[in-house]
Amino acid sequence: MLEAIGVPSIEALFERQIPEGVRLRRPLELPDGRPEQDVYAHLRELARKNVSAEDELSFLGAGMYDHYVPALIDMLMERSEFLTPYTPYQPEISQGGLQVMFEYQTAISELTALPVANASVYEGPSAVAAAGYLAKLHNGGRRFVVSAGLHPHSIETLRTQAHGYGMEVVEVPLGDGVTDPEAWAAAIDGDTSAAIFAQPNFYGAVEDAAALSAAAKEAAKASFGGDGAGFARPGNPVLIAQVDPITLGILAPPGECGVDVAVGEGQSLGNRLDFGGPSFGFFAAREEYLRRMPGRIAGETTDVDGRRGFVLTLQTREQHIRREKATSNICTAQALNALGGVVYLAWLGRRGIVELGELLLARTRYARETLCALDGVQALHTQPVIREFALRLDADVAEVRRRCAAQGVNPGVDLEKITGREEDRGGLLVAITEQRSRADIDRLAEVLGAAVAAVGRGKNTAQRAESVGEAVPA
Amino acid sequence: MAEANYPQDLLYHPEHDWARIEGETATLGITWYAQDALGEVVFFDPPEIGTTLVKDEPYAEVESVKAVSDVLAPLSGEIVEVNGDLAGDPGAINEDPYGEGWLVKIRIAESAEREALLDAEAYSATLGG
Amino acid sequence: MTAPATELPLQRERARTIFEKGAPGRRAFVCPEWDVPQVGAEALPERFRRKQPPRLPEVSEPEIVRHYVGLSKRNFDLDSGFYPLGSCTMKHNPRLHERVAALPGHARLHPLQDPEKAQGALELMWNLQQALAEISGLSHVSLQPSAGSHGELAGVLLTRAYHESRGERRHKVLAPDTSHGTNPATVTMAGLEVVKVATNPEGGVDLEDLRAKADADVACLMLTNPNTLGLFDPNIAEIAAIVHGVGATLYYDGANLNAVMGLSRPGDMGFDIVHFNLHKSFTQPHGGGGPGSGPIAVSDRIARFLPRPLVVRHEDGAFDLDFDREQSIGRLRGFQGNYGCFVRSYAYICSLGGDGLRDASETAVLNANYLLARLREHDIGDGRSVSDFLPLAYGELCLHEFVLSGGPMKKTLGLKTLDLAKRLLDHGFHPPTVYFPLLVEEALMIEPTETETRETLDAFADAIAEILREAAEEGPEIARNAPYTTPVRRLDEVGAAKNPVIRQAL
Repeated sequence: MLEAIGVPSIEALFERQIPEGVRLRRPLELPDGRPEQDVYAHLRELARKNVSAEDELSFLGAGMYDHYVPALIDMLMERSEFLTPYTPYQPEISQGGLQVMFEYQTAISELTALPVANASVYEGPSAVAAAGYLAKLHNGGRRFVVSAGLHPHSIETLRTQAHGYGMEVVEVPLGDGVTDPEAWAAAIDGDTSAAIFAQPNFYGAVEDAAALSAAAKEAAKASFGGDGAGFARPGNPVLIAQVDPITLGILAPPGECGVDVAVGEGQSLGNRLDFGGPSFGFFAAREEYLRRMPGRIAGETTDVDGRRGFVLTLQTREQHIRREKATSNICTAQALNALGGVVYLAWLGRRGIVELGELLLARTRYARETLCALDGVQALHTQPVIREFALRLDADVAEVRRRCAAQGVNPGVDLEKITGREEDRGGLLVAITEQRSRADIDRLAEVLGAAVAAVGRGKNTAQRAESVGEAVPA
Repeated sequence: MAEANYPQDLLYHPEHDWARIEGETATLGITWYAQDALGEVVFFDPPEIGTTLVKDEPYAEVESVKAVSDVLAPLSGEIVEVNGDLAGDPGAINEDPYGEGWLVKIRIAESAEREALLDAEAYSATLGG
Repeated sequence: MTAPATELPLQRERARTIFEKGAPGRRAFVCPEWDVPQVGAEALPERFRRKQPPRLPEVSEPEIVRHYVGLSKRNFDLDSGFYPLGSCTMKHNPRLHERVAALPGHARLHPLQDPEKAQGALELMWNLQQALAEISGLSHVSLQPSAGSHGELAGVLLTRAYHESRGERRHKVLAPDTSHGTNPATVTMAGLEVVKVATNPEGGVDLEDLRAKADADVACLMLTNPNTLGLFDPNIAEIAAIVHGVGATLYYDGANLNAVMGLSRPGDMGFDIVHFNLHKSFTQPHGGGGPGSGPIAVSDRIARFLPRPLVVRHEDGAFDLDFDREQSIGRLRGFQGNYGCFVRSYAYICSLGGDGLRDASETAVLNANYLLARLREHDIGDGRSVSDFLPLAYGELCLHEFVLSGGPMKKTLGLKTLDLAKRLLDHGFHPPTVYFPLLVEEALMIEPTETETRETLDAFADAIAEILREAAEEGPEIARNAPYTTPVRRLDEVGAAKNPVIRQAL
């Protein structure tokens, strides 16, 4: 081969092209390569140092959930033909992948009751940020108003990106577990580019989505041109909702609640926990936003012989043609994970998604009632919940969780740790999936009840009361 | 339109836009060269009536399958009419760029600006061989 | 080889979506036992309830399997054939990686698991960070960004934060006119403006133009080295000096890292911020368009702005997530990043080791130069060679990829690069990248990678020569109407864009 090229050695190829000054003249300081069986053993050893949902009874949620993933999804996602190709730039030999995207787009459109959906984005929080960017391009407003019920990672991601293009992010507090309607309306004006909330919200509560959407549009209209400085058009703001796809079998979909853009985390749909990724984000919107949507879109068409086929379409929106005018910089979608998503939805089917939703509703209600019957445990709010709910413990949450862990139970997420809000101190977020049976919930109640009692109700209540200036109960 | 064609009665901007001056108003569009480079046009969304155009500044975009291109204003002025038919038939921009494929009509702000534009011959010359 | 007399089976099979299959009452999902009390209406008030269920299919498991396995057969993939897409690094995806990623200790680990109970995951991430630091020559790494373009966004936001911390507000980012499409889009999202820098006749950055444009309002220069032409810029030290001289940062797009692992390090070239594409050099499977992962490595002066959280190691050896980072730009996504990709890439690095990675780069460069040499002298049958129609656009040698220009081919044979690509499909190859970089007329960008054998490279060169011969002897019409043997033939992309139909009507 060297002869064909006309150089004496491989080294010569580099010598002639890379200046000596930037050549690395020592080996990389990395462990030596190892045979497959050793690498396998090492990765297995690392896996053993993790406590997964296989090793404990887990009620962790807050954005990703331990749903059952049917075996056929593993099999399909490992097929060479889906696992190893590149983005379908040559559609004639990529009809499999393109049709999967088309089917996925259809499924997301159905779930959200919005007419247009893209072929997936990275994950939930960055999908929220992408929706915010769409609103900014659409109406040039200078502020995002977000409910405090939005996932904290979504709020933070939005803030990080919005700082880049100079948008203000204003947070509206919750009242009794849901977005405070007065504060929401007060925060929105004609200069608000987008109003964003979550459904159900981060604390598990079902919001009155239709009311929030209507109130936002009213508030903007009423104050249009109020401060004279905005260049927003009537019809602002763009209503964006981060929704939980599993609940959309029984919960009114965003498209029927006045929402303009619905986004969310797709992990619950046939994808693994994987310590947080990869998964996929979904993105659906009203027809008028089609040409501003980020990411890839598969479209139907015909070939020269009249056969039905699919292609990537509206690509002028994407980075590789519009460059600086692109609607986003998203190049990679999450095609393989979206495949898992659409197969999962086909597996659940029209009836299954409703049955699953009803089961989760019933089990979650049972769980909340059972746990709130324990001493030292109250509901943080009593709003309707579907698959997740928030509690307040009369005991140090970290200590309670440690005691539960010793019993092989993970009772849920320490709320204050993830939101950073002082009012969430003592808070625990408990997630229910179809893999948590009644017996599991009863076990949780037993272990949690014992832990809260043992950590010491009196002592800790006194400490907490002191710190907030309340009288210590007798 | 199969062959390159640059009507004599128009004035041209070097970035491939044309203007047909009709008294105080002008009709604007893109040239044969521009539509040929873009390929088949799939989408054109005109700006609103009343929008102010500034000479040499982009005022709209023309989109084909593979590319999107800014349309530059050859003259400054205020839009008085837009070609609404292009929503249903953007291909008119390819087939008849100087007729049915017109984009917008403006009321000319500064008539001296026409001095900076090229006639058909001069514009053709910029296109080279 | 041209139109088959009758339709091939895959062509005859008409596309039907999963929504057009099944029948009312069919199901795959069996609901777990209802073991809790029924709920009353107050559990979910009527006004919040969905009135009509979403119109998902009603199909059984065998139907689902048959449908999607059937779809998979309408896909070309890397396990099935050569995939020389330039700048995509389509190298073999070792199957060990799927096995280890599926271990429940990795796959069923919740992202909010307490760090004490996720020490294996954090140790893996830490080790991967150390490896990427060593490969890049920059010691501070964040694994958070989800893909290359996400890593770029991080890089630009980091640069912005860096300048802001020094009390400066800079507005411009320089990028060469050969740059990958994601770069300008990223810059705009970060509220900055792109200024293009010219390429010199040798294919590198035009130093004159760079000097003219590098001023105190420039935040950053975004480069990849080797660039999209497959050429290493010999002036990189000078470029770094110019950029640093005006106080700007130098950003490395890692799309072409496969050329230089263990041979040259971006940190040593003077770059401040590097992003990696784990789905390129590090074998994360492309998945038909994702997932990917785009970690970044930065120099000391940029480290404090890295996204939050960072994986850290305490003195006692315990691993942890550090959220206490005051000057961090914040988050770019939820949780910690695409851990499943980390597992695979880490397994790859463990398998190869430092010497193996250098070996991979050396072989990648050898393969590219060999293929280039073969294409140069390959006779198309009448005494003319491939390079008479598809000459190398810049330079003499290349690194891991090279760009040919189809200009002469278009002129003398009436064959466009697009037609060549479509005809290659009939030969069983995935075409190279076409029409990129924009700088080269009728561009064809070819990256074979190190996992291809010499026989495959020879066969590919033969196919290109054959297509040219066919066009020369029989005219360009055959290729213009290709492909003939794929499940569908050329598709109406104009119609799809004019009248987008992006979901199944129900």
